[in-house]
Amino acid sequence: MNRLSWFNVVSLTLGFAFLYIPMVILVIFSFNESKLVTVWAGFSTKWYGEVIRNEAFLDAAWVTLRVAFFSATIATVLGTMAAYAMMRRGAFVGRTLFSGMIYAPLVMPEVITGLSLLLLFIAIGLDRGVLTIILAHTTFAMCYVSVVVSSRLVSFDNSLEEAALDLGCTRFQAFMSVTLPIIAPAVIAGWLLAFTLSLDDLVIASFTAGPSATTLPIKIFSSVRLGVSPEINALSTIIIGIVTVGVLVASVLSKRQIAQARRDEAMADQAEG
Amino acid sequence: MVNEAAFHPWDDPDATPLIRIEGVTKTFGDFTAIDDVSLSIYGQEFFALLGPSGCGKTTLMRMLAGFETPSAGRITIDGTDMAGVPPNKRAVNMMFQSYALFPHLSVWDNIAFGLKRDGLDRDLVGARVDEMLKLTQLGKLARRKPHQLSGGQRQRVALARAMAKGPKLLLLDEPLGALDKKLRQETQFELMDIQEKTGTTFVIVTHDQEEAMTVASRVAVMDQGRFMQVDTPDRIYEAPNSVYVADFIGDVNLVPARVRQLRDAVMLDWAEGKRFFAKPVGDLTVGQEVTLAIRPEKIAISREVPEEPNRVKGKILDIGYLGNLSTYHVELPEGPVIKCEVGNRSRLSRRDFSWDDEVWLSWSDTAGLVLSS
Ligand SMILES: Nc1ncnc2c1ncn2[C@@H]1O[C@H](COP(=O)(O)OP(=O)(O)OP(=O)(O)O)[C@@H](O)[C@H]1O
Ligand SMILES: [Mg+2]
Repeated sequence: MNRLSWFNVVSLTLGFAFLYIPMVILVIFSFNESKLVTVWAGFSTKWYGEVIRNEAFLDAAWVTLRVAFFSATIATVLGTMAAYAMMRRGAFVGRTLFSGMIYAPLVMPEVITGLSLLLLFIAIGLDRGVLTIILAHTTFAMCYVSVVVSSRLVSFDNSLEEAALDLGCTRFQAFMSVTLPIIAPAVIAGWLLAFTLSLDDLVIASFTAGPSATTLPIKIFSSVRLGVSPEINALSTIIIGIVTVGVLVASVLSKRQIAQARRDEAMADQAEG
Repeated sequence: MVNEAAFHPWDDPDATPLIRIEGVTKTFGDFTAIDDVSLSIYGQEFFALLGPSGCGKTTLMRMLAGFETPSAGRITIDGTDMAGVPPNKRAVNMMFQSYALFPHLSVWDNIAFGLKRDGLDRDLVGARVDEMLKLTQLGKLARRKPHQLSGGQRQRVALARAMAKGPKLLLLDEPLGALDKKLRQETQFELMDIQEKTGTTFVIVTHDQEEAMTVASRVAVMDQGRFMQVDTPDRIYEAPNSVYVADFIGDVNLVPARVRQLRDAVMLDWAEGKRFFAKPVGDLTVGQEVTLAIRPEKIAISREVPEEPNRVKGKILDIGYLGNLSTYHVELPEGPVIKCEVGNRSRLSRRDFSWDDEVWLSWSDTAGLVLSS
């Protein structure tokens, strides 16, 4: 193993400090006894109790979870279908245009996405609420899912699907019984990504949420404008925890997927050799 | 092979072929992979496709299986035009060159995959899979996943999976390449056995001529998307219609020559004042530039002057000992090097010939073929 030079150690330390000190402070002060956010007065978990008893927070959390679950699920279905269509052998007319268009929302400013969705909902007379947030989140999460799934499909051996067809499957059966189980880790990773993105989102949600439904990030943002309370710190810590778990699971799954792809390649090599 | 003498549907004008390939062309962009090919394959045939890498064997198979559509021409199977018929609606199964085993399924489930699609009864599926496992000697590995198998074992799973449904037509793309010689021979005989029992028609791609010769009722030699010759193995070997086929199948000596006289046997000039006699193939004219093809095993080697009219004297350049036979490379003073093969009957007795010996080579009038293309 190479030992780290002092230069590497310093740059790593600085980098991680830069990234994580704000969050660490937030987490530490969520256990603060005092109501004053910046003055440490001893350890306590009372603010977590406060959070759990706060109806408005619980409502917002419930909305957020529902939105994240449904939008992630719909986005995964649509994103996987889009990725699959893009990766099919035999280019169709306008394929480059299509794949460009699928990825465009990734770089589109969220404000613009949010605004355009808002205009659309107003135009078709859809009342803003949980449904509109779900639709909006599905729209932008779908591109992320299709990016993740198509990167797996690039290394997918098409002859597996052909073998399934040859053995009597229809195209749909072949997809369900062969392709999907093989790319499942990527699909699940895509779902987790979509879920976390939806949990995090503030900008698009604030454009598309209505008085009947508020998500947690919106709730936090609006309460902070009245002053930061330790209760918000506690709530944020819980969210950090959930997101961390999500990201960890997603990365473990994609690691496994890479390992599987390597094994498949090794298998193909052996088969040829 | 057993019924070789009796089984000749291709010579029977009344026989209906199972597969009819009519003027089929396949292009990828501006590259022509299959070039206006026509062929009939009859029920219960064991048809072998032979040819160099990239000549279009897999492409032809894929068109039969329904994965590629011909750019021009027509394919009918059992009298039905296959245009627009998807792979899952064809009574055809294919064993892929890359095996294409399902990595998420065990050996057992891989083999059962097609049977389950047919909505077969569970017990029947189980019985059939077990039968296939036994046939391919995979019984002990039934629970393993493909990545836990060796190359040869994977090949056998792919074979078992393709055969499980008992299709009318079985397409095998280099089915035995990864097997060792013994297992390959066993499987070859097994295939022939299955074919005899079930009456399945086989189309098999192989790089191994010996394999094609052993199993096939007919062989097609391909080059650059075209059939050079379609014939029974013995005729491909003994009566190739072109230099390409003669050179591709087995070892052959090729000597450029010019036709001098046409009689029962053609008289050829091959060097200043030197003549050979040989059997003509096709129409020849006096003065035509041709190639004389002689198989090495048809040439006798001796120290004494032989009786045959086709005889040449030369010097041994090289000797190869191959166990069951020895090959001699003999250089003629006129230039060409002639290869000759002699069976080793007695066990390493005295060596008859050694390097630089002056020897005579001879062969009969009917041993050599005159090829005009
Ligand atoms: N999808 C495709 N697009 C473009 N060219 C192709 C395609 N499939 C095959 N070809 C070309 O067609 C030719 C014939 O390919 P094919 O796979 O039939 O060869 P083969 O005879 O099976 O060779 P091998 O013995 O190496 O398997 C090759 O030159 C190949 O590059
Ligand atoms: Mg091939």
